[in-house]
Amino acid sequence: MSMIWGMLPSVLMIVAPILITAIGGMICEKAGVVNIALEGLMAIGACTAAAAHVLMEGSGMPHSLSLFLALTMGLVVGGLFSLVHALAAINLNADQTISGTGINLLANGVTIFASQILFSADRTREFRMGMQTDALGIYPTAYIAIAVVVLSWFLLYKIPFGVHLRACGEHPGAAESVGINVKKMRYFAVVASGVLAGLAGGCVVLTQTIQYTSNTINGRGFIALAAVSFGRWRPLGVTGAALLFGTAQAFAIIANNIPALRVLPTEVFNILPYVVTLAALVLFSGKNYAPSAAGKAYEKGAS
Amino acid sequence: MKLSRQKFIQSDGAVSVMVVVLGFLVGTVLVALVGKNPLNMYKALFQALSGYNIDNGRMNVRYIAETLNYSVPFILCGLSMGFAKRVGLFNIGGEGQYIMGMTIAQAIALLGPRIPVMHWMFAMVGAVLIGSLWGGVVGILKAKYEVSEVVSTIMLNYVALYLSRIICLQLPGATTYKTANFPETALIGNAFFQKITNNSLLNNGIFMMVGAVLVYWFIMEKTSLGYGMRATGFNKDAARASGIPVVKSISISMAISGAFAGLAGGIVALGSFKYGRVLSGMDNYGFDGIAVALVGNCTALGTTLAGLLFGLLKNAQALMQGKQIPKEITFIIQGLIVIFIALRSALKLYQEYLDKKQLQKEVGV
Amino acid sequence: MSEYAIEMNNITKTFPGVVANDKVTLQVKHQEIHALLGENGAGKSTLMSILFGSYSADSGSILLDGKPVEIKNPNVATSLGIGMVHQHFKLVQNYTVTENIVLGVEPTKGRLLDMKRARERVEALSSQYALKVDPDSLIEDITVGQQQRVEILKTLYRNANIIIFDEPTAVLTPQEIDELMEILKKLRSEGKTIVLITHKLKEIKEVCDRCTVLRRGRCIGTVDVQDVSEQDLAEMMVGRAVKFEIDKPEQQAGRVMLSLQHLQVADISGALRVKDLSLDVHEGEIVGIAGVDGNGQSELLGAITGLLPLSGGSILLDGTSIGNLSIRQRIEKGLGYIPEDRKKYGVVGEFSIAENTALKNYYRDTYRKRFGILDFEAMNQEAENLIAQFDIRSAEGAKTNAGSLSGGNQQKVIVAREISLSPKVLVVAQPTRGLDVGAIEYIRKRIIAERAKGRAILLVSFELDEIMNLCDRIATISKGSIVAVNKQHEVTEYEIGLMMAGSKKEAAR
Repeated sequence: MSMIWGMLPSVLMIVAPILITAIGGMICEKAGVVNIALEGLMAIGACTAAAAHVLMEGSGMPHSLSLFLALTMGLVVGGLFSLVHALAAINLNADQTISGTGINLLANGVTIFASQILFSADRTREFRMGMQTDALGIYPTAYIAIAVVVLSWFLLYKIPFGVHLRACGEHPGAAESVGINVKKMRYFAVVASGVLAGLAGGCVVLTQTIQYTSNTINGRGFIALAAVSFGRWRPLGVTGAALLFGTAQAFAIIANNIPALRVLPTEVFNILPYVVTLAALVLFSGKNYAPSAAGKAYEKGAS
Repeated sequence: MKLSRQKFIQSDGAVSVMVVVLGFLVGTVLVALVGKNPLNMYKALFQALSGYNIDNGRMNVRYIAETLNYSVPFILCGLSMGFAKRVGLFNIGGEGQYIMGMTIAQAIALLGPRIPVMHWMFAMVGAVLIGSLWGGVVGILKAKYEVSEVVSTIMLNYVALYLSRIICLQLPGATTYKTANFPETALIGNAFFQKITNNSLLNNGIFMMVGAVLVYWFIMEKTSLGYGMRATGFNKDAARASGIPVVKSISISMAISGAFAGLAGGIVALGSFKYGRVLSGMDNYGFDGIAVALVGNCTALGTTLAGLLFGLLKNAQALMQGKQIPKEITFIIQGLIVIFIALRSALKLYQEYLDKKQLQKEVGV
Repeated sequence: MSEYAIEMNNITKTFPGVVANDKVTLQVKHQEIHALLGENGAGKSTLMSILFGSYSADSGSILLDGKPVEIKNPNVATSLGIGMVHQHFKLVQNYTVTENIVLGVEPTKGRLLDMKRARERVEALSSQYALKVDPDSLIEDITVGQQQRVEILKTLYRNANIIIFDEPTAVLTPQEIDELMEILKKLRSEGKTIVLITHKLKEIKEVCDRCTVLRRGRCIGTVDVQDVSEQDLAEMMVGRAVKFEIDKPEQQAGRVMLSLQHLQVADISGALRVKDLSLDVHEGEIVGIAGVDGNGQSELLGAITGLLPLSGGSILLDGTSIGNLSIRQRIEKGLGYIPEDRKKYGVVGEFSIAENTALKNYYRDTYRKRFGILDFEAMNQEAENLIAQFDIRSAEGAKTNAGSLSGGNQQKVIVAREISLSPKVLVVAQPTRGLDVGAIEYIRKRIIAERAKGRAILLVSFELDEIMNLCDRIATISKGSIVAVNKQHEVTEYEIGLMMAGSKKEAAR
């Protein structure tokens, strides 16, 4: 039993970024836009945060300030990149899957390109010290994640803004007819998902590793996307889904502490989160719970 | 005048060319912005295409052959994505199907019977089969359980990567990054090519690729199977109501789609390398195949041309790096191209806007 | 105070490819019920959407009570006291009645939602105007008539003085239509000005004061309803004399071709929508299914065609059980289907006409060359034949892109395809929806022609006059089963209306 408690900090460390991204994806889809660029946006946030932090660290800035600024820059850049997707999907009626994929490919290139220019290598320079855990061994990212979940619940269900946003995803025609600006709402949602993904990317790189490489995000953005679907587009469900997937991913680390499992090659544990995600999608395909108008371009006047 | 402009916007080929040009333009600007000389980028591209080095006036045929060789997996992965897209599916699992194809080809090469010709044929068939299995699973999940192929293919990509490691680490002579050398009977190299192209890696894979392109075109445009698939891709409901077996069409198309990517993996494994590789990361042909298919508008000819372009880009990377231009600029250009393709619908909006203005003029507003 | 509550002067509005409104002028007096009459595509909805702020006119002016106004969006319209009850309800399915009524103007306590106050106001309005609804029901759980009342309450909640009704009776039973007519009169007596967009001449005569007629985007004229007959209105609407009756020769029906026995069908969420439905259709007869949308018609059609699985019962086509057969097998056994939603189930827009007419038999030997290659020339030839036979207007013949055809011509393509396959049983759903009068007449004539050839025809329609005029026998469906089957001319619209709502009448088979 104490072993499970011992696992908790590692699990939380891994769950936090996935959960933050998933909440962003949920808000985005609730407004009617599917954002598969979460992966690329996390990468951009991670690279920005890692690069910013190592540069500020080198210039002698106090540690916590550097971390704070690095995360902030990560979320700002994530938000900026998501504007591309927003413009394409909302104003230009582009195929949302294609534009999202394009951003993923672009992010792949831009991050390493920037590293080449800044550090003359295909990765950012290693920083000396990332985030530190608190007395319980938990990273601040876990608390950030919880705050994000609570804020999203409040935003979506307790104030008129959230009612309007959800209406845009269910029946944009109805929303437009009562004077809600569907385009503006969707822009907010997409940028929110970009900001959160960028923040989450920064969290990944500052808690789980020492630099950004092309392998840093490794599918977390897509796992977050699956968590939205598996969690049936509700904050509590998405939290549960993220916990499930994060635990699967944490297993690789945890397995080292369990003698019986140490004999298996590490690759088996690497596969686990992806297989679990796949199984979850098959067993609990919750297509019926998706916002009715998610993924469809909204054209004014189309009833 | 108006008619030709309208025809231009509606012509997919023209749009593709425009999109590529735009992508390069932005890439050029970016290179200049970070203080490098964009001209070097174009010199590298030119050398990769023609073999002619502008700086020192020397000609090396090998570059042309390498461009052709690199384009083989791009074209095949483009066919993979394109075939699925025609049926309405977004198969971004080409990477995983490619990896599985490569892995099985490597396994058969090292463990299979060393009979000339039969050996590499078995390996290739194995690659195609495992690729179609890896793709077919996605099709069934989508058709029967409505699981989004976008997420399932990505998951299977990572499963393939780690599964490949598990398998390859068990192969004869395996170290952390390679296996023992392949027996001669398993390789698909072509001595004639090697002679005339100054020892490039161009191999028999190119013939298989051409065959694959013809198969793609034939199935899609000429057979009743392709007809049913295209109907399903355009309007799944009408196709189903008209009796077209939609679940079967989707599953078969994903299987064929996976087969193309699996073949690509097999060709790269046995054509460009003398030993098996234990992968630590993805080759990215599968992902690039997405851009290839989109630029090529999912047609056989378009995909081939687009694949050649990407082969050119890849071949030029090392040359660019040598001229101080980070090779990642090619990834950026690819990403931009895909985003611009997504904006194809923006062109339609623009056309509607023009039509409306025209109509207003006629009505006298 | 100006004589007119609303004046829309010289309104012009264009969309890509079409002039929706061409210098239209509309004048509505205070406290009158004013009808806006026209065929599908005449421009009525567009004109009212401009009034409601959903679109902006390209040119022209709007005056409310004599004062010029600019209505940039629905918010502005609402603040000016204009409300709209849409034809396709703009209601969020999984929100409650209250949430929908207050959407966009939710009362708050500080920053937080105050749904209690919202609920109280909704209940007050509901009783003031005698519009009974349950404030806490979800929209997806209430009837269409109740949903319409929610739409009306939406406008009243926002203090509308001008209320626009867009084709309100399309989805109601005759009784519900009567109730709506009473509601309109009550609203008028409470001081509201009402514009009624419709193509139903009977309703105009029943409740409207004046009527403006639109045809192909142009205003034809405005009349006092009591001075004109339905025939006059029809002629203004279409531009020529219109025949209301349909020529249907007497005919003896043959043996049973389609037999539905104790059918049970569930919808996609698993709820049973067709419960113990039995019906026979004979050779050479047209059997109609009359009923309000949502009583199991869609599920019934799905089960017959094969789009939905059967939960119970059996379907026999010319004696053979087809309940377990695939869709393609049923088509091969002689089942034809003209679907309700032609864009979704009928045509593939990106295919040519030829590829569409071959959609159900492209795989057969007639189109197969060597090596499994499709014979596209043969397909084109067959399509050209059908285009000539069925008078399909197309820009480039068989190679024309089906998506570029008008609604009427798309429907003709579908009808041509089905008829060319010589089906034993033809299932037809809403065949004339959204078509202009010319196309409607043509389609109905074709259906009668197929009846003469001995086909068994099952017609599902929500237009009661269509059923009453075309069918030999009329089956009324309510809550998933057939309530009664009556011969044409032996039952009135009013009686069918009662049966639709659930009360049974003695069946005369």
